[in-house]
Amino acid sequence: MNMIKLIIDGKPIEVPSDTTILKAAKTVGIDIPTLCYFELKDMNIENRPGGCRICVVEVKGRRNLAPACNTMVAEGMEVYTHNIRVLNARRTVLELILSDHPAECLTCAKSGNCELQSMAQQLGVRELPYQGEQSKYRKDTSPAIIRDVDKCIMCRRCEMMCNDVQTVGALSAVNRGFMAVVAPAFEMNLEKSPCTYCGQCVSVCPTGALTEVDHSRNVINALADPAKTVIVQTAPAVRAALGEEFGLAPGTLVTGKMVAALRRLGFDYVFDTDFAADLTIMEEGTELLDRLTRYLKGDKDVKLPILTSCCPGWVNFFEHNFPEMRDIPSTAKSPQQMFGPIAKEYFAKKLGIDRKNMIVVSIMPCLAKKYECQRDEFKVDGDPDVNFSLSTRELAHLIKASNIDFNSLPADDFDNPLGESTGASVIFGTTGGVIEAACRTAYELYTGKKLQKVDFTELRGLENVRHATIDFDGLPINIGIAHGLGNARKLLEDIRDGKSQFHAIEIMACPGGCIGGGGQPFHHGDSSVIKQRAAALYREDAGKPIRKSHENPFIIELYKEFLGKPCGEKSHHLLHTHYFDKSAGVFVEE
Amino acid sequence: MAKIKLSEKKIQELKDVCKTFNNDKGELINVLHKAQSLFGYLPAELQEIIAKELNCSVAHVYGVVTFYSYFTMLPKGKHPVSICLGTACYVRGAEKVLEEFKRQLKIQVGETTPDGKFSLSCLRCVGACGLAPVVLVGEKVYGRVAPDGVADIIAEYNT
Repeated sequence: MNMIKLIIDGKPIEVPSDTTILKAAKTVGIDIPTLCYFELKDMNIENRPGGCRICVVEVKGRRNLAPACNTMVAEGMEVYTHNIRVLNARRTVLELILSDHPAECLTCAKSGNCELQSMAQQLGVRELPYQGEQSKYRKDTSPAIIRDVDKCIMCRRCEMMCNDVQTVGALSAVNRGFMAVVAPAFEMNLEKSPCTYCGQCVSVCPTGALTEVDHSRNVINALADPAKTVIVQTAPAVRAALGEEFGLAPGTLVTGKMVAALRRLGFDYVFDTDFAADLTIMEEGTELLDRLTRYLKGDKDVKLPILTSCCPGWVNFFEHNFPEMRDIPSTAKSPQQMFGPIAKEYFAKKLGIDRKNMIVVSIMPCLAKKYECQRDEFKVDGDPDVNFSLSTRELAHLIKASNIDFNSLPADDFDNPLGESTGASVIFGTTGGVIEAACRTAYELYTGKKLQKVDFTELRGLENVRHATIDFDGLPINIGIAHGLGNARKLLEDIRDGKSQFHAIEIMACPGGCIGGGGQPFHHGDSSVIKQRAAALYREDAGKPIRKSHENPFIIELYKEFLGKPCGEKSHHLLHTHYFDKSAGVFVEE
Repeated sequence: MAKIKLSEKKIQELKDVCKTFNNDKGELINVLHKAQSLFGYLPAELQEIIAKELNCSVAHVYGVVTFYSYFTMLPKGKHPVSICLGTACYVRGAEKVLEEFKRQLKIQVGETTPDGKFSLSCLRCVGACGLAPVVLVGEKVYGRVAPDGVADIIAEYNT
């Protein structure tokens, strides 16, 4: 790589020629402010439209100011990042952006996490000298995501996530000038678009233009109702990120504190989605082995590879984009939706209460789960198996609003029987984790032998698409892993074109898996946060006494007492689902 | 948005247009140009087909269609009226002429009269600044148009 010498704020530096001024400055501790720019390092995700002009710097000899995020370094360049011309221009740019931004910070859902708000503070804006016309676009509320484009600053991060990273194509900038908004085709509501509710647009939106549908009120009301037994389940990835909302370092495991906080909030039973994840492995693993043995016996009808189905964003994606292949994914429900019927059909009966008097709340790192729990096939006589799904962020708000000093809470344990889980289920929250958990169980069930080593490190990592071959005692099993829907699309196209060599594929919609989910605390483009969360889950797994799903004593008990055998009649009825073709003209209304 | 039905033959023509551009999404603007000359406008159904053929999202196609003022999602009238709002025409009163057309045709810019006869659009300079203000109806150019001449122009096409 050709090295370039330049001077930034009087500091001589040397960087590779394909470096932007922004990144070059960072190497010498100069942090040029940015707004539209966004990067998740090492994950191949970058947005630099050079649109907002907050990052402008002066380059000696250049007539106009240069956007640092989008200007490459050049030999002998002299850059000034905070002289008076730059500071004035930067402030004016921000004042103009604010001139038509609703001043609703007091009540805005994004307040405190808003990058525009922080920028106004950082640049010391104390008055708004320009009063522009205000945009009055309708609010669009879908089952999971709210679009309030009056607050949009056209940074195009959501568009980049939706199109380049996820290849969903629900959002695009439309119209021009003052009328320009980011919207689905024909400015239909999100619900009529191919949106998967993965929530990655929400996780990168710098303002309150894209937020989640908040169900905390419903949960507060349920908790206050003495006639209801309210139980809660917590997804694996939540415990590795919730602490961030209370100032703890990314990757701090707060499992015990989280359980204690939920109990103080007044939930009657604090259970674990991890228990349902173990159940998922029993069902999905059995299905994999069944398809595999039939395939090896020469059954031509059997569909391989089998695809995991625990990610609702991913389910939405193939229902919209690959409906002709919807018999390939496992029919196993996601852990959230496995937990629901076990709670309402098994546990409620144990307690001797009617399912309608039981409220099941899930705490999820995910926004697609909000939509998933509202799907008709997951209801019995209109009563949903899972009533409300809260994001990690909503739980944090709920804890704060209930006067609970989270950091001083002593660790507490989950309730039984639906709170016991294994290490296998904990790693469901990170890319590669589901398939590793499945391998631990499938290997032992298939070979009848004990695994010497339960860690399948070859399945771990953050590369976009990974593959590994696992030796099932002489039978090589080819495994594929993709996180991020754009990567999933590549694997699906290979299957469609008959080029796939895999027996099993794990797919998670969000970059990094659930730890990077749309409902997690905002990482603000710091990919090390995601890596720390993954490391935390692997740590929790390593510390568990039981690390294989089929050895969970309460799972064994559940099958003995209630379900029968994996993929048996009762399991099929309660724990498996079917998929729909959602590709047909969703845009144009009659 | 009313659903319209495109004939199989027309759909095939559209697909052939896409094919002449190798179904390359980088050629989207060219495809839209051809499609608009073929159909007269770009209804939603047509955009869906183009998106599918070029393997890009419908939202993206719609974004491009709404960005360029040349593209329209409404059918043009039999006699498309265009008023020049370029500098020369503007200072010589083109805006008043435009207002008069809007008033008499009872439509806004970008719309078409319910009988499908007239549509109204604005443009920037046809290179006949000496005749400002200039109005085009179809291919025909009218120069030095004053608001009180608008009725005569409309009447010419209303027989």
